[in-house]
Parts: sequence; C-alpha cells; structure tokens
Amino acid sequence: MAFWVGFKMDLRSDLGRVRGLGSAKGGTSHWWAQRVTALALVPLSVWFVFSIINLVGVDRGGLKIWVNGPVSFVLMVLFLIALFYHMQLGLQVVIEDYVHNEKNKVISLILNKLIAVFLVVSGITALMKIAFGG
Amino acid sequence: MNPGNRPLSPHLQVYKPQITSVLSILHRLTGIGLAAGAVVLVYWLNAAAYGPDAFEYAQDLLATWFGKLLLLGWTWALFYHLCNGIRHMYWDAGRGLELQQVYMTGWLVVIASLGFTLISWIAGYGLLGGI
Repeated sequence: MAFWVGFKMDLRSDLGRVRGLGSAKGGTSHWWAQRVTALALVPLSVWFVFSIINLVGVDRGGLKIWVNGPVSFVLMVLFLIALFYHMQLGLQVVIEDYVHNEKNKVISLILNKLIAVFLVVSGITALMKIAFGG
Repeated sequence: MNPGNRPLSPHLQVYKPQITSVLSILHRLTGIGLAAGAVVLVYWLNAAAYGPDAFEYAQDLLATWFGKLLLLGWTWALFYHLCNGIRHMYWDAGRGLELQQVYMTGWLVVIASLGFTLISWIAGYGLLGGI
C-alpha cells in the first residue's frame, strides 16, 4: 500500500483549514449574525406591529407620549438596530446572488452598508428629537 | 461571464411552481419589500421629529388608498417573513426537514401570515377607530 493512503485529500492549505474562514474570509460570521438578528427581531417586530396598531391615526403629541413611555424608546432603538443590521445582511446576499459584474457588485455592496448605517442613525436621531425636542 | 455557444441548463421557468420554491422566493421578495418599508418608517420618524406639519403630511400620505395598500402589503410581508423566518430557524435546529413536514409548515406559514394580517387590520380599524 502506498504511503499516502489514509491521508485525506484537501484542496485547502493547512493554514486555510485551521483558520476555517473559507474563500470569502468571513467564515460563518454572516450566517450567524443573520440568525442572531432574526432571533432578536421575533419579539421586537411583534411588539412593533402591536405598537403601530395602537398608534393608528395618532397626532404628533400622541406619538411623543408613546416615545416617552416606559419601554418604547429603548425597544424602538433596539428594533431599528436589529432591523437595519438584518436588512443589510439580507440585501448583501441578494446582491451577491444577482449582481455578477464585479465593479457593480462591489459598489452595490458598499452602498448597501452605507445606506443601512445612514438609515439606522437617521431613525435613532429622529427618535431622540421626538423624545427630547420641542 | 461569457456563456459562449455552450448549452445552458434549464432555468427556473421550466419548473412547475411548488409550495417549497414559491415560499422560498417569497421569503426573499418580502425581505426586499420590507427594506422599502423600513425606509418609509425612517421617513415617518423623521417627519415626526421635524414638526407637526411634516408629521401631518406623512400621516395624510399614509392614509391615502395607495398608502393603506402599501401598509397592508407591508403588514403581510412582515408576518410572512417573521413566520417563515421562524420556520428557517426550526430547520437550522435540524428539525422539520421531512418533506411532509416541510409542506405542512409551509402552509401553516401562509395561513398564519394571512391570519395575523387580518387580525392586525381588524384591530387597527375596529378597536381603535381607524384613520
């Protein structure tokens, strides 16, 4: 029997295998973050829909009272963070699946991240203005 | 990518739609739709932050028939994505992967998402007076 029998054939280098990050160098971090944000969004989105139903037809004063309620502000900030993190992760996969031109893909992926950050900061800032502003 | 003169493998449209594939693409489509809804949510919050007139304008905009149609769509999209997301996490736990279970939970997701949407809108209109 030849000496190499019993050695597992592997196209990866030893270092690549030990690092376990794959060709995208991200390992399971994207997949895992998508699941963690999804889990957070289960109670948060149910609470959000429930809150929105209670806010149907509200005026600005009513919204201000709601934002200043005992839990609304914190839960709303958490909801926005989880939502836009999850949105960015999801749209990233859509872009990777359908945008094949390398240049367009990189531009789309960067814009996706920047727009998500802009939206979450914008949303939280707006909440703070509603809560603390005039 | 240059496909050249090589034969192509059959693409999606040659297959009969199945509950599994339809619900799968719906998960992605509702996700994309909800991203648009999230942009509107941020607009709505910013309108409220800006002042009473801007907020009233945003509220009036969302209360038009088209605004309500979008809100109805987003309500269902959210519940669908939520229910099917839980189904995905159930699969991630290594459960419910037998074909019959996949069909059953699939239909459960469809019925639950429609039911929750209906309940939400009845609650919004009926119990609280509506817009």
